[in-house]
Amino acid sequence: MGEKTFVNCTGGGPIRVHVEGGKITKVRPLVFDENDAASWVIDVDGKKYTPPRKACVAPFTLTERARVYSEDRIMYPMKRVDFDPKGAPGSTGPGGRNAQNRGKSPYVRISWKEAFELVGNEMIRIRKDYGPEAITSRASSHHNWGNVGYRTGAWSRFFSLIGFTDILDNPDSWEGWHWGATHTYGFYWRLGNPEHYDMLEDSLRNTELIIHWGNDVDSTHGIYGGNESAQWRLWFRDKGVKQIFLDPYFNYTAAHVGSKWISYRPGTTSALAAAIAHVWLTEGTYDKEYVERKTLGFDEFKKYILGEEDGTPKTPQWGEEVTDVPARTIVALAREWASHRTTLAGGTKGGEGGYCRQAYATEHARMLVLLQAMQGLGKPGVGIWGTGNGPPYNHTLDFPGYASGGNFNLMAEKPIANPVAQRLYRITAPDAILNGKDAWMGQPFCGGSLEQQFIKWEYPLPGHSKVKMFYRYGGAFLSTMVDTNKWVRMYQSPELEFVVNQDCWFSTETRLADVILPACTNLERDDISEYASSGGYSLHASGSANHRIIIYQQKCVEPVGESKSDYDIFCGLAEKLGVLQEYTEGNTWDQWIEKMFYKSDLPKYIMFDEFKKKGYFVVPQLENYKPTPALRWWYEDRTCDTPDTSNPKRHTDKGTELGTYSGKIEFVSQSLLANTPDDTERAPLAKYIPSWEGHESEAFKKYPIALISPHPRFTFHTHHDHHVPWLSEIPGHRLDNDGYKYWVARVHPSDAEPRGIKQGDVIELYNDRASVLCVAQVTERVRPGVLHSYEGAASYDPIEPGKAGTTDRGGCVNMLTPSKMVSKNVPGMAPNSCLIEFRKWEA
Amino acid sequence: MTRFGMVMDVTKCNGCYNCFISCKDEYCGNEHKGYSAALPMTGQTFLTVVEKERGQYPKVKVDYVAHLCQQCDAMPCGNGHPDAVYMRDDGIVIIDPKKAAGLKDIVGRCPYRVITWNEEKEVAQKCTMCAHLLDDGWKEPRCVESCPTGALVFGDLDDPNSDISKLVKSAKTEQLANYKLGEKVCYVGLPKEFIAGAVVFGDKDECAKDVDVILESEGKTVAATKTDGFGDFEFEGLAAPTQYQVRVVAAGYDPKAVDVKLYKSVNLGDIVL
Repeated sequence: MGEKTFVNCTGGGPIRVHVEGGKITKVRPLVFDENDAASWVIDVDGKKYTPPRKACVAPFTLTERARVYSEDRIMYPMKRVDFDPKGAPGSTGPGGRNAQNRGKSPYVRISWKEAFELVGNEMIRIRKDYGPEAITSRASSHHNWGNVGYRTGAWSRFFSLIGFTDILDNPDSWEGWHWGATHTYGFYWRLGNPEHYDMLEDSLRNTELIIHWGNDVDSTHGIYGGNESAQWRLWFRDKGVKQIFLDPYFNYTAAHVGSKWISYRPGTTSALAAAIAHVWLTEGTYDKEYVERKTLGFDEFKKYILGEEDGTPKTPQWGEEVTDVPARTIVALAREWASHRTTLAGGTKGGEGGYCRQAYATEHARMLVLLQAMQGLGKPGVGIWGTGNGPPYNHTLDFPGYASGGNFNLMAEKPIANPVAQRLYRITAPDAILNGKDAWMGQPFCGGSLEQQFIKWEYPLPGHSKVKMFYRYGGAFLSTMVDTNKWVRMYQSPELEFVVNQDCWFSTETRLADVILPACTNLERDDISEYASSGGYSLHASGSANHRIIIYQQKCVEPVGESKSDYDIFCGLAEKLGVLQEYTEGNTWDQWIEKMFYKSDLPKYIMFDEFKKKGYFVVPQLENYKPTPALRWWYEDRTCDTPDTSNPKRHTDKGTELGTYSGKIEFVSQSLLANTPDDTERAPLAKYIPSWEGHESEAFKKYPIALISPHPRFTFHTHHDHHVPWLSEIPGHRLDNDGYKYWVARVHPSDAEPRGIKQGDVIELYNDRASVLCVAQVTERVRPGVLHSYEGAASYDPIEPGKAGTTDRGGCVNMLTPSKMVSKNVPGMAPNSCLIEFRKWEA
Repeated sequence: MTRFGMVMDVTKCNGCYNCFISCKDEYCGNEHKGYSAALPMTGQTFLTVVEKERGQYPKVKVDYVAHLCQQCDAMPCGNGHPDAVYMRDDGIVIIDPKKAAGLKDIVGRCPYRVITWNEEKEVAQKCTMCAHLLDDGWKEPRCVESCPTGALVFGDLDDPNSDISKLVKSAKTEQLANYKLGEKVCYVGLPKEFIAGAVVFGDKDECAKDVDVILESEGKTVAATKTDGFGDFEFEGLAAPTQYQVRVVAAGYDPKAVDVKLYKSVNLGDIVL
């Protein structure tokens, strides 16, 4: 049988898929042909910069063949052997529901007919007995890709239609920027990340120094942008632009292009920032005119830094005591920074290092904005830019990002909104289920206004039922959330009368369900999307790729095993619940995709049939392109001229302002002053506050090692880990010990030797919360006293299955991380404020 | 004549392993008749990325070197097996998957150790530069296609206008080892050893900027540099083992000298004047 090729897309880039005899034989990055639109060229002093004529995809993207045919694929619907839906809620023993055995008991195969009957009837029962709010559901981040057939499409539409207690996501990758930086420079409509337009060109022209603070963009890829920007940082290097890296770990980007590595004690970054400000204040090396013109409250900040407020000047010597960075290095860093046109690659979008997910992360993110304010943020070459987005960009072609077409509402005749007001919060959902109540302040992942951060939530809402059923979709929270043994406890609680898990692969949470439903991957069905485009609160996020590529995701092969597309699964359930017509509006799957096409600007450029056949469209560059660098308008007191249509002040009479209350950069935050004036942990003026789990805390005596667990290098969160054996052959990802592929923990020789640990030894990471086995990578790349691992292991392999808290061999280091939130009024997670001890594992 | 070769620019590689994975994708479970038997899904590989960490905290460097068949004109792998191992007109060395069946000694004949044994198919195997794809009209092998930084360059060594020829002519390239076997794969920036350190003005506890640092060996100056804003200096690309002396000279301070027996890259730490 001849070979056919198809085009599809992933969370790490678009691919060409080769198929022979109904089987995928190879998965390649998408390579352009001569008919595709020309690439941009940036001319700087006669040197021409232009990207390769292909998609520079992420490593995990190239494993899609192995992932589709993974041994971890769920091949047919299953039911836990000792789950009997006839049993009363909380019943145990024969004929019971046996919630306590979730995670312990095996499964039996059932047919799809039985599965739809079982799940459908349970949903009908629970809705009848308790109301629609008794069902909760949540998707994971990006185990598949596609606007229509994935989580913001098929899943979201189904649950919004029937009504459910949604689980609010937290901005888990950049908490500090969302909850902190928004109160300093606005950009709440981007959840604290600044606009990024034309930063590549502006920085190539003007930037003399790049400071990567907690930024490992070669690992985090601008989120969905694969390796697109790796080349850019080489351009800077070859141009002679030095790149300094501040991180407790000598990260992959530092290893690639770094010219200097400064490593600080975890949890002390805002002290380092304060000490830098002290140097600038005492040496007068900051932009006084800018501070006067563009900021508010500088005098109070100055008093704090100089110690006039609390009696402690934040000198470099003070900074050394707190951060363990030598005072003279702090001075040198401050001088290099101030004497060059410096861009701060501060760990915004794409570079989510440890510090924005730690105790008081708000203070650090705010401090970074303030530091750049002192150097004239918005001036040519002086930006806050993670170096992972912002090439020349044609924004004029509108194509909805995955978060913009949600619920099919763009295309449906009758838009759907979830009628249930009750919410759970992702970080505390297990506590809410186990304790029957929850309360928090702040609507997370919400870019409508700063005030949303002060909304008070409670669970259950008055007049609402508690949650009785959890429908988990693409499960992986055990190694992405915090203190995750509590998720195991939650799953085993009889409070949850029924648990469904719908996924393509067995992942960390799958075997904690009563019924498992096999979904197919997006290589096994059609869809439509744009490379790296999320839409929503990340408008024009496809600027993390060199080219805008819109993809007709062509079905490459039939669904593996008995798996079905998510849409077909939800159609099956919608039929049981009597809402099939409302769900589909009589459309076929192809018609939904076609409708998305016609809702976009694509028809102005290409015919649907041609697009569908070719599989992709490269958006042409604008002729006579005029760059509008991010925040230049702000610096020059002009009205916002970037394409950031999500900026609510743009094209209004306040168009020259930032999104803060005053419209200026606020050293003293007016929104915090107005809403939480008495908060000392996120006070109106940003400060260094010693971590509640750091080197000055009580726990340090018992657990002297700081665990940092940033986003992983070779996978997307948990996705592709474990399911793909090839990745386990990369020594930076997993390492073999006696035939078992362990998750990697990186430790310095000075910490390994006293514990009798050698390279390749299995070690136990432990604290009062958990015990996790990893393999030791003994390396000079990690700061002494720090253990570096990654979040995102896809396997949960407890030594005693079904027992929460038992040692995990899978590598879910998140089990060790604290539940405690960033601060009292900041409900963000803080996994990088985590103290542990480790020892050689003697099994 | 076409003579295919490859250059890896180590200084451009960001260690993404796309080359490793796309090689797996091309060959694991995929037979290419006449070129290569299917590799098992795990374990065996044609291309290995060797990570090399140098130096000590906090002056550390990491490089990645792709090890794969060097396409030697001398074909030491084929010694004694003229039928089983042959060179195509385009210079690519092929181990015939049928004729080489059972000939395990081929594995041991490669000085670069890039030939592996397929237990299931009982055949020695190595990188073919994706010859089956080139014959099908492809421009480059899978590893090169998936490289995002241009670290891997493939092309015709006999075409003076090809990128690879220009690179080779630049005289920056070198071989993985000094075997002189007519290798058609070469490298730019293979990691050597370095000496690094930082100079401090002790009286002011300040990073010593723009201070002269001289590297000597056997009384002769090998290299000279100036410290940067952090007082840092570095001598990269050094031969080892070698006895060196690092001398630091700054106006107004007594000079300092540090003797270094260089075996592997070293961070001398702070030199306080």
